Formats: sequence, structure tokens, C-alpha cells
Amino acid sequence: MSSNTASSSAGAAGSGDSSAARKNSKRPKYSKFTQQELPACKPILTPGWVISTFLIVSVIFIPLGVISLFASQDVVEIVDRYDTECIPTPARTNKIAYIQGGGDKVCTRELKVPKRMKQPVYVYYQLENFYQNHRRYVKSRSDSQLRSPKYENQISACKPEDDVGGQPIVPCGLIAWSLFNDTYALSRNNVSLAVNKKGIAWNSDKEHKFGNKVFPKNFQKGNLTGGATLDPKIPLSEQEDLIVWMRTAALPTFRKLYGKIESDLEIGDTILVTLKNNYNTYSFNGKKKLVLSTTSWLGGKNDFLGIAYLTVGGICFFLALAFTIMYLVKPRRLGDPSYLSWNRNPGGR
Amino acid sequence: MAFIGSVIFGVTTRQDLKDGVIKRWYLRPDSSRIFFDPKRAPLAAVYHFLTAIMLYSYFIPISLYVSIEIVKVLQSIFINQDIHMYYEEADKPARARTSNLNEELGQVDTILSDKTGTLTCNSMEFIKCSIAGTAYGRGVTEVEMAMGRRKGSSLVFQTNENDDMEFSKEAITEESTVKGFNFRDERIMKGNWVTEMNANMIQKFFRLLAVCHTVIPEVDEDTEKITYEAESPDEAAFVIAARELGFEFFNRTQTTIAVRELDLVTGKRVERLYKILNVLEFNSTRKRMSVIVQDEDGKLLLFCKGADNVMFERLSKNGREFEEETRDHVHEYADAGLRTLILAYRELDEKEYKVFNEKISEAKSSVSVDRESLIEEVTEKVEKDLTLLGATAVEDKLQNGVPDCIDKLAQAGIKIWVLTGDKMETAINIGFACSLLRQDMKQIIINLETPEILSLEKTGEKDAITKVSKENVLAQIINGKTQLKYSGGNSDAFALIIDGKSLAYALDDDVKHIFLELAVSCASVICCRSSPKQKALVTRLVKSGNGKTTLAIGDGANDVGMLQEADIGVGISGVEGMQAVMSSDIAIAQFRYLERLLLVHGHWCYRRISTMICYFFYKNITFGFTLFLYETYTTFSSTPAYNDWFLSLYNVFFSSLPVIALGVFDQDVSARYCLKFPLLYQEGVQNVLFSWRRILGWMFNGFYSAIIVFYLCKSSLQSQAFNHDGKTAGREILGGTMYTCIVWVVNLQLALAISYFTLIQHIVIWSSIVVWYFFITVYGELPSNISTGAYKVFVEALAPSLSYWLITLFVVVTTLMPYFIYSALQMSFFPMYHGMIQWLRYEGQCNDPEYCDMVRQRSIRPTTVGFTARLEAKKRSVRRSESES
Repeated sequence: MSSNTASSSAGAAGSGDSSAARKNSKRPKYSKFTQQELPACKPILTPGWVISTFLIVSVIFIPLGVISLFASQDVVEIVDRYDTECIPTPARTNKIAYIQGGGDKVCTRELKVPKRMKQPVYVYYQLENFYQNHRRYVKSRSDSQLRSPKYENQISACKPEDDVGGQPIVPCGLIAWSLFNDTYALSRNNVSLAVNKKGIAWNSDKEHKFGNKVFPKNFQKGNLTGGATLDPKIPLSEQEDLIVWMRTAALPTFRKLYGKIESDLEIGDTILVTLKNNYNTYSFNGKKKLVLSTTSWLGGKNDFLGIAYLTVGGICFFLALAFTIMYLVKPRRLGDPSYLSWNRNPGGR
Repeated sequence: MAFIGSVIFGVTTRQDLKDGVIKRWYLRPDSSRIFFDPKRAPLAAVYHFLTAIMLYSYFIPISLYVSIEIVKVLQSIFINQDIHMYYEEADKPARARTSNLNEELGQVDTILSDKTGTLTCNSMEFIKCSIAGTAYGRGVTEVEMAMGRRKGSSLVFQTNENDDMEFSKEAITEESTVKGFNFRDERIMKGNWVTEMNANMIQKFFRLLAVCHTVIPEVDEDTEKITYEAESPDEAAFVIAARELGFEFFNRTQTTIAVRELDLVTGKRVERLYKILNVLEFNSTRKRMSVIVQDEDGKLLLFCKGADNVMFERLSKNGREFEEETRDHVHEYADAGLRTLILAYRELDEKEYKVFNEKISEAKSSVSVDRESLIEEVTEKVEKDLTLLGATAVEDKLQNGVPDCIDKLAQAGIKIWVLTGDKMETAINIGFACSLLRQDMKQIIINLETPEILSLEKTGEKDAITKVSKENVLAQIINGKTQLKYSGGNSDAFALIIDGKSLAYALDDDVKHIFLELAVSCASVICCRSSPKQKALVTRLVKSGNGKTTLAIGDGANDVGMLQEADIGVGISGVEGMQAVMSSDIAIAQFRYLERLLLVHGHWCYRRISTMICYFFYKNITFGFTLFLYETYTTFSSTPAYNDWFLSLYNVFFSSLPVIALGVFDQDVSARYCLKFPLLYQEGVQNVLFSWRRILGWMFNGFYSAIIVFYLCKSSLQSQAFNHDGKTAGREILGGTMYTCIVWVVNLQLALAISYFTLIQHIVIWSSIVVWYFFITVYGELPSNISTGAYKVFVEALAPSLSYWLITLFVVVTTLMPYFIYSALQMSFFPMYHGMIQWLRYEGQCNDPEYCDMVRQRSIRPTTVGFTARLEAKKRSVRRSESES
């Protein structure tokens, strides 16, 4: 019965000394592992360690913070909110009716370039209070349908935008159905600025997720029209607007890439944007913004990371100082037992 | 949490379609299934509640149970494998029969121990004697050995001590091959006693031992070796001692005893025949035994041996020559836990004997009720005017290392109760031998040996006896309590000794709580003459009475009840069969292994499991709470922040192994220091590592970690471009980044929390992190219908982007910073006990015994039992006498 204790030696190496084992069958084999005596480093937080950790952190963080902050400062960004401005003044009392009504909702905006913007300048649209991360919305798509015409009928997840009169919608689901459909045409000094709409989607999406043999079918043919329509002759893998849109955003405020301007914008340039204000954000009090931005190696403009790095680095430096002073002023009182709980209230007595 | 979410979700869903106006048209609220139907928002909220519960189930550490089971099994394998708990002689390792009690081993508050076979090996050894005022015998008792070591030794060599002791033990056992005899003194051994000053007395002394007994010899025909059959093992020890010193008792007939002995005059061995005239037998009231013999010269001799309190008063005036020295010796022996008997003799003249003989036969033949007292009266008259010969000391042999072990356990603040079936005297002796009792302790003895009860018992009225007894016991208990009170709370020097009969009443429902109160405030408790059932009842009383963990240890079938009743039953796999082992939770071969089992394995297991549970809560809260925080940005629609596979594998791959390694391998201090600073054990008894404060502290740690991780990631990954290509961060990028941060944070948090890094810890911690990167890469390579949102997210989006790495570094360091500051502060300024020991080890001051002792002493609350306490008491009394003089 007790022989199994010896044999179950917890993976300890060694069936080597079998003769010794036979002589003394139940003797546990000695190994540093089974005796829990493995060589180990047993670090404790000595003053030296604590202070040098803080110093190291601050030494790394402060430069990183400075670099990130510079990177972010380098980025030039023009943000223009147009959702209210682009509704004619008389229609502003009932924006929803205006946006749902017919007609060309053309609107022009003027943007000043505050600083030289080196190409490529990215054009984004920014939506606010739009919950692309709502569970119903997120789930409402069919990845297999997007990939290959074979799976055209896999539309069970797409309700209620799954089919029209029994014919499957390609691409189905709420995400595709609510595709953003404002359009921007940019010009500088009456010369139109080309906006390159290629290469705005992730390559993996274009190459693998969206099939080049899948063509839009029955799209926006239902009794309710959501957003943009798609050209049924262009395969999904080429419809980069759709691909970008289908990567759902994490937060209710998000930007999506619209296109790239592949020429520098000089300081003082005035850019005229002729936009078609089609997309309904008024129902849910959302905002629409047009964003022109350059990028740095770190991405777009966000000072947060740089400032945060600097803050934490600074705090660490301060802590290193504080700990040094503490250790100097009030050296550790070793073994002062009054801290021990059982000396404070002698237990059980 | 899910509820709050549901309410908010219900409200927002309802608002989506108010009075026929569609708000969030992109969700098509007009054509919705029940889960999101604004027209039936309350119902949708209920459904949402269920969904949310599913999502937030990540808060509940489901895998905790599995992990704890695995860890406990591995821990018990370590216990089984411990070579220091392997008993060479019997070829028995320790064996944990159940694995679910490991952590309780570290929390034992009271040990209830059997005596025979557990503390003692049930063999008596003649070890010392005092003849004519001279003390003989160099044999050392276990206790003396332990004390001697402590006195002279520095603390440094403690680890080697065990070995040393082993050696000295072995040396002794080699010398003495005779069982029951451990007497060493060349002055009187091998016939040397002839040359001693008091040779005459010595001769009489051993003659008495050889004659005055009721032992029957058995001579082996072949070897001519003599073995003795005795009623009690100590009688046998006496006869053996006499034989070894040259007075070989070899034959008994109805009326004679034959002894081979050395003739003092001729120096030759002669056979002598003693005619037994009367045997005045031992009983518990007389506490002595006498024989009247006629030797070959026709001299009438009365040999008497008995307890000191009855013997000293029966000495004649000129027989008190050595009284003082003998008393001193007896006192010394008794304090060492030896059983002492006083030997005395008397020469009778014919006339006196005749009178006595007539009277005694008359008394014996009488049939009246008071026959007993008649006999007593007669014997009283003849057993007087004795001449003192000396005293014997017999050791009820303790098992190896028992005093040491008890001392350590006492230092660790564990209370030790002895529950034995033996009689009170024996039990008290053992109490002394184990240093559970000291001479300067005040003994509260509860028994029913009062005259009135004895007389009542004779009448045999059961009801009356019960009533009186109960009152009596209660009165004694209350009396004991008042004594305690008057001592001004200085309860340290009280010992409670209670016998089985009284115990029966003390365990009655209405009395037991008072009894328990009394018992708990005494330093040591000894219950003698207790039945197996009473042992179990006492165990239950202690267990339920103060709610602390109890451990029962025993070896025989009579301990089974006790073992099963206690929280932990430890069986000694000794000689008394397997019942105790079969009903125990853990079986060890020797009592002394208890020390290692509790102080080392118990402490480790307790610490490991409590840290492990706390950490489990922490890691699941950290993970789960980020999910919740993300929900607040999705109008609580219960969209998971992470890919489904990330969610399910979190507890499996990325955070499970390190925590199991923590549970199996972590050590705050090494075994050596656990034993060196037994007080460390109090961390378990007081449950400081698993208090609500600590659990909540860890949970709080989890919450703020989640908050830091989420908000830092969210603020860093806002709507701006995520990389140089101007692409913005979608759900999968935020999720992937947050998940990476969490994997790093929880694993590094573990690395901060543990204090013992072997190769194993390094491997599991770092591999968990590496496995995450590996997983997200491989998973991303799978076809997009399997990997969905995570398709190539790492290879394409995260890895090439510098901001991902910068965010990871920043978030991880920042999240860990508060805990780091906390533990640095605690370690430096408010270290817990294990922290102090770590400092000691770190600074190498352990090799400075004085310093060590200081730390130990200052943090030790005064121990009340054990030989350390005894040494202290001795010091005190010396100091007192010095100041008096």
C-alpha cells in the first residue's frame, strides 16, 4: 500500500540506483527536487533594489516620454465637425427629416492648413456616439460569406439584414448594411486634390477575408436602406471602404480611414471640401467629423502616452528620492516585534 | 455587476425605439429578436442579465478548485518524499493519506496527544539511583540531553544537532543491549560497588530490588538467560537492574526467592535463598509495597519501597541519615520526569514479627466489611522506623527527540494536551519528562479521590454518587478558575490535570464550557485514565469550543475516535497495529516528525495555498474587471473585449502554470529557518495570511490593476491613427493590446509576490508570457473563419507597430508600481515575521547567534511549556534566590 508513495516520486529523475531502492524499498529517494532544496534565488526588496528599480524605471520612462511626446507633437491634424453645419438653417429644427429626405445634400467646408503637412496626408471620418461595438451589431456579419461565393447562403447571423425575398444579401448583416456613405471631394486653389482610396484597408483583410470572387448582391435592396450602396461589379476585396468599415471599432468614438492625399499641404493652404452629407447620425445624436492628419512613427496625434510616460517616470524618480531619504533618516528597525499581530493581541488568552 | 449592466442596457435599449422613433437605426431596433428588442426592454434586460453572468463568470476562479486539488496532491507527494521524515529503523516514510488537509497543517492550534506509543515507547529503563545520599548513574534522559544542548550550544548548530543526538543515542544503545536498563556508572558497575564507601548500603539496596517485587522469572533452558514477567514494566526494570549489578534473581517458589549475589566478605558469587514470610502488596492508597523475608542467617528483614511522600514519614530517627540528600535527588529526578521510588528496610525481631504475623492473619481471615482497613492498620504498624537506603529513578522512555519536538511546538505557540489512559502519576511523570510540567508550575488537579466520595462509592448509591461527583468536579473547576484569576492573569504557570472519572462529569453539557475555559487558560492539560470515547469527546470539545484547528496524534486502536474527531488525525505507524494509521489523515513513524510536518510542511502548505487563493482572486478580477469596464463603453451590450478563444484560454494557458508553481514550490523561508524560528508558525494559527483584510487587499489589487490597464490602454488607443500607415485601432487591436498587458501584469505580479525562484518558477512564468505571443501568432495564422477578428492581428497589426510595444511596457510597469511600492514599504518598515527572517538571512546575521536570539526572544511571547521555558524558569529562580540572599 505504501509502496506507491515511493514510486510516485513526482517526476524526480532517477531509476538509477535501483539496488539501493531494493534494499530499502520505502526510503524516499534523495534529490534536491523532492526535498524542495533546489537552488533558488530568493530576492527580497532591499533598499538598494527598491531605489535602483525606481531609478531604472525613471531613466527609461522619461526619455521615452519625451520621444513620444515629440512624435505626437509632430503630427499635424485638422479636425472639422460638420454634422450640424451641413444642414441648411431652416432644416435644423428637424434634422432627421432632412437627412432621411431625398435630394442632394451637398455642403462645402473650408479647411485652413495650420502647418506644413507632409504627404501622405490621411483623410478620416470620425463618428461619435456610434456603437459599432454593440453586441448585436458586432455579431451581425458572415465571415464565410465574405470570403467565398460558396458560402453565400451562410446568413444566419445576419438577421434582420439577411435576405431579400429569399435571396441572400451579399454582404449581409447590419455592419455592411449601415456602411458610411458621406463622400468628400477635396480641392486646393480650385485644383482638385486627388484622394487615393486604395491601400486604406489591412492587407490581410483584402487578401484573405474578403474574397475577390465575391460580388455584392441584393445589397440595399430591402425595404429599408441603411448606408452606402456598393458597385455589384467590383469584388468585395476591392471595396476598401467596406473593408475598413467592417473592422468594427472598439469605442463609440472612432475614426475610419477614408483615403490618402499623396501630396504635401503647405502652411496657409485653404482646402475646399465638397461633401455629400448622407449619413444619418442625427437619430442617435452622433457627431461627424472630417479629419486630415499626418502620422509619425508612433501613429496619430495623441499626447497621452508621452505625458503618461513622463508622469510615471517623474513619479518614480521622486519615489527613488523619497525612499533614499526614508532609509537615511529612519533606518529599518529590524525585528521590532511590536508590529507583529500576535504581539499586539496575544492570541487566545 | 451584471445587474447594474442589465438595468442600464434595458434603459438604453428601450430608448432606441421611443414612440416609434428609431434612434440607433444601425441596430435595426424595429426588427429585433428578444435579446435586443426595445419594445420588450425589461425582458431583454433579463436575457442580458444571463448573458452578462456568462461573461462575468471570468470573475469566478473556476479553475481554482482544479488547481488547488492538483497543488494539494503534489504537496502531499512532497510530504511523502521528505527524507527527514523517513524512519530508517522501521523503513517507514511519512505518508499523507488525504491531501485536502495540507493547509490546515499550518494552522494547528492545539495538539491532542496520546501518551503510550506516541510520546513514549512504552519501555521503562532503570537510569539512576541515589544510595546512601550518593547519586549514581550517568545515563542521560532525553530531556537532559535536549536541555544540555540548549544551554551550551549556540543556535548555529541546530541543524546538525539532530545528527549529533542520533550519534550519541546510537552509542548508548550499542553499549546497553539490555532492554530496560540504561544505567551507566563504573563506580558501582561490574562489581566495583564493593569498593565504595557505603558498600554495605549498596548491597542492601540492590538486594532489596532483587527481593521486594512480584516478578516471576523465566529461565530459558538453552541459553540460561533469564527473562522476567512483571505486572508493570517498572518492576521488571528494577529486577533487571539488580541483575545487571550482580544480584541475579533467578527463581521463585511459593515461599522463597533465590538470588545469586556477591558476597561482600569472600568476594565470590553465592546463591542465597530468602524465605518470604509476608508480602504487603501495593495499592494506590498505600503507595508502597513491602516484603518480610528471612535470610539464610535467620535475620528477619522488612524491605519496603514506595512513593516519597509516604516513605519519608516512616523513617526511624536514626534511619534519616541521608534524608536531605536523597530528597534533593528525588526532587531532581522527578523534575526530569523520572519515576522515583524510595527504598528502605528494617530489621525486625522475632517477637515483633510474631505479633504482627498473628494480627495480619487475623485481619486477612476476617470477613467483615472493614477487612481492608484492618489490614492497613496492621501493616501501618510494622512499616515504620525504617532505615533509608536510597531512591531509584526509572525513565518511562520517551521516543527519540520528543522533548525537542515538544519544545519547538511550544515555541511555535501550539498548545499540547496529553490524553492518556494511564494513571495519574504516570501521566504527571511524563508531563515532567516532556517538560509539559515543571516543578514551579501550579498544578490544578481535578479528581474524585476525596474521602467522602470514596465512602459514598462503597455504599454504591449510584444517583447520589453522580450528584455529589458532579458538584465536586464543578466546584474544583470553579476553584481552579479563581486560582487562575488570583494569579493576576499570569496563567503561564498553571497546569490542569484531570482524571477520567472527573472528566466524565466535566464533559457534561452544562459543565463543559467552564471546563474548556479553564483548560484553555492553562499552559498544559493532561487528562489521565481517559477512555477512547472521552478522548474523542475532549477532542470535539476543543475543536468546537474555540473553533481553532486541532490535531490529534496517536498510535493505538484506542486513539481512533480521537483521530477521526480532530480536524487532522496523525497516526503513528508504530508497533500497535494499523488501526490508528488507517483512520488517520497523515501517518508518520515517530512523534518527532510532527515538528517537521507542522513547522515546515504545514507552514509552507498554508502559505502556499493561502497565497494561491488570494492570487487566483486577483488574477481573475484583473481579467474580469477589464471586461466590465469595456462594457461601460458598449452600453452594456455584453460584447466581450477579447476574442472568444482569448477569453477561454486565459485560465488555461496564460496564467495557470505559474500559480500552480507558486502553490507547489514557493517557500517564504527555507526549512532550516522554519525550524529555527518556530514562532513563524503563528502566521498560520492566527491566519494572518488568509485574513479578510488580505483577501480584500488582493481583490482590491485586482480591481485597480484592471482599471489601470483598461484606462491606460483606452486612452492610448483613442481614435487617432494606430501606426505609421494611418490605420486606426479597431476592437481586435484594443483587445489584443489589453490582453497582452494583462498577461504580462498577472505573471509579473506573481513574480513579485513569490519569494523563491528556482528554475521551475522562471520557466513557468516566462513561458506563460511567451506562450501568449506564440498563441496569438499561431491563432492568427489560422483561416479567418476560425480566428475571426484575431486573424493575423499580431503579425500584421500589433507587432510592427511601435505604439503597441510602448503601450505594453508602460501599462505593465505602471500597473505593477503600486504593489511594488506597497511591498517595498512593508518589507522595509513593517515586515511580517517571515519578512524579518528573510532580512536576517539576507544580511547573514543568522550566523550571529546572539543577534538571532535577540530577534527571536523579542518576538516570542513567553513560552509556557517545553524545556526552553524550563531553562527560563530555572534562571528566574536562581535570580530570585540571589536577590533574596
